[in-house]
Amino acid sequence: MSAVVVGAAPGKVGAPEALAGIFWARFVRHRPAVISALMIALLGLASIFAGAIAMRDPLRIDMSHKFAPPLAKGHLLGADELGRDVLSRLLHAGRISLTVGFAAMAVTVIVGAVLGTLAGYVRGAVDTVLLRLTDAMLSFPPIFMLLALAAFVRPSLASMTVIIAVTSWMDVTRMVRGQILTLREQEFVTGARGLGASGARIMARHLLPNTVGIIAVAATLSVARAILLESYISFLGYGIQPPLASWGNMLNNAQSYFATAPWVAIFPGVMITLAVTSFNFLGDGLRDALDPRHVRSRS
Amino acid sequence: MEGLKQYFARRVIQAVVVLGLVSLAGFSLLHLAPGGPAAIYALSPTMSAEDLDRITHELGLDRPIHVQYLSWAKGFLSGNWGRSYRDGRVVLEVIADRVPATVVLMLSAFSVALLLGLASGIVSAVRQYSLFDHLATLGAMVALSIPTFWLGLMAIYVFSELLHTLPPGNIGTVGAPFALADRLRHLILPAGTLGVVMVATWSRYTRAAMLDVIGEDYIRTARAKGVTQGRVILRHALRNALIPLVTLAGLQLPLVFSGALVTETIFTWPGMGRLFVDSIGYRDYPVLMGILVLTATLVILGNLVADLVYAAIDPRVRHS
Repeated sequence: MSAVVVGAAPGKVGAPEALAGIFWARFVRHRPAVISALMIALLGLASIFAGAIAMRDPLRIDMSHKFAPPLAKGHLLGADELGRDVLSRLLHAGRISLTVGFAAMAVTVIVGAVLGTLAGYVRGAVDTVLLRLTDAMLSFPPIFMLLALAAFVRPSLASMTVIIAVTSWMDVTRMVRGQILTLREQEFVTGARGLGASGARIMARHLLPNTVGIIAVAATLSVARAILLESYISFLGYGIQPPLASWGNMLNNAQSYFATAPWVAIFPGVMITLAVTSFNFLGDGLRDALDPRHVRSRS
Repeated sequence: MEGLKQYFARRVIQAVVVLGLVSLAGFSLLHLAPGGPAAIYALSPTMSAEDLDRITHELGLDRPIHVQYLSWAKGFLSGNWGRSYRDGRVVLEVIADRVPATVVLMLSAFSVALLLGLASGIVSAVRQYSLFDHLATLGAMVALSIPTFWLGLMAIYVFSELLHTLPPGNIGTVGAPFALADRLRHLILPAGTLGVVMVATWSRYTRAAMLDVIGEDYIRTARAKGVTQGRVILRHALRNALIPLVTLAGLQLPLVFSGALVTETIFTWPGMGRLFVDSIGYRDYPVLMGILVLTATLVILGNLVADLVYAAIDPRVRHS
């Protein structure tokens, strides 16, 4: 059976280099996406090397530096209510926020890909049940559901990751399901089935690999969503707990310090917006590059 | 092929099934979570184990979970949503007290967003790839990515802290008698903050929908007949582009509710979202459950109405 590779994923049939080339050419033309990719790389590096870049210990309290304004007393971006260096905290917080973003994305994508493939391939009762379950979960306003869950579990990186994934898998499921529904009618699937491939093999070897493009888009957008959701929950006090810093919880008490120290409120929000915008633009660029039909409606 | 009646029937049945799942999912998620509904009593140091057992029994929490769900669901349908653990008031009343503030906030934000979003989307589509279009696209993406709570904080910082032009929170001046002007002044910042997310979505969809329509033959025909540009855009194109936007309003609801929760928290706005946040602090389980299911129900109904209206206007939908 190894000789007959009829069912080898059609994405690989033909010249993969040429396809990659077309993809790359399209992607590079989406300027915001390219800039975003660079921005994400920069944020990633800054987080990985936060320990080396940060000039000060993000947890060190020094009341003599309380509310030091930017550029004063060696604090590039100022100090907070406990005299902690805002820049160092931003770098370390970025580590936490990005970790939650990527981890939640991974869980979301795995759950979404598996359920979406099952629903689209098996169809029938499985599809109906999964679809209605997806509808039901999509009806809950995400922040309400997240808060309800977050308030009842002990907050940690792992629990944040899981509850964000629990409230985010539906979009991926729908996208993958739609893709599988069109793929399963194509000849290479019929061919594989004719050669006696089992349902599990068809799903894992033939269908899933062909959803890689759509999953890449969904994954990128999931990171944006997860970073944003984490910031909401942490801001409201049910997410990452102090003294550990995340971009969201750095804004916890910011409202009370406006008059004296606006920088404490401004910079973490700028970081969240920068990171989330970058991932959203990157997702957009990937979608345009992978799907030529989509290009016309965008700039 | 399916007629309008069959489509309506199928959609309504679907909505009822989803509604059942929503109540079931919400109920079990909150109930099975560690801590559970009796957690607030367990925290009190004066509580003995017997007291706790008694309270658990009085609240009916020692019954099998499906019995609890059925009795809760029966009560929910008949308007008996239980009593608040916090102050013993009837849940339906506690929530109903907060609904008007949320409705005012959401409707104001929605109206502003609709006007601005349509206008910006139309200009973007008509002048595709112009400077305005590029800026609008960038702006929309940033607006979708900006955390609403931070946007609210910045709005308060600029307009209340720096410029002293608008109040930083509350629905009206505390202690003052009702005055429309005062209420409106208090509404501007929260409604503007909540509106930003919606403007982005509306303008992007309007742009895409207009671009789709502008390419159609009947637009070219209208132009060939010598119809003026303004008339083509507003009478011929916009009317057709608006049809898919009907569903958008429904789809947006969960996001708008979420935005409202955060906005209400920042601006101490006495709505449902703020009640929800407060209730979490108190583990006020009946109120939480009530708001969760109520918002999800509104979302389901909103989507159902949007789909039915869409199908009634555009017969192509039903057959896809």
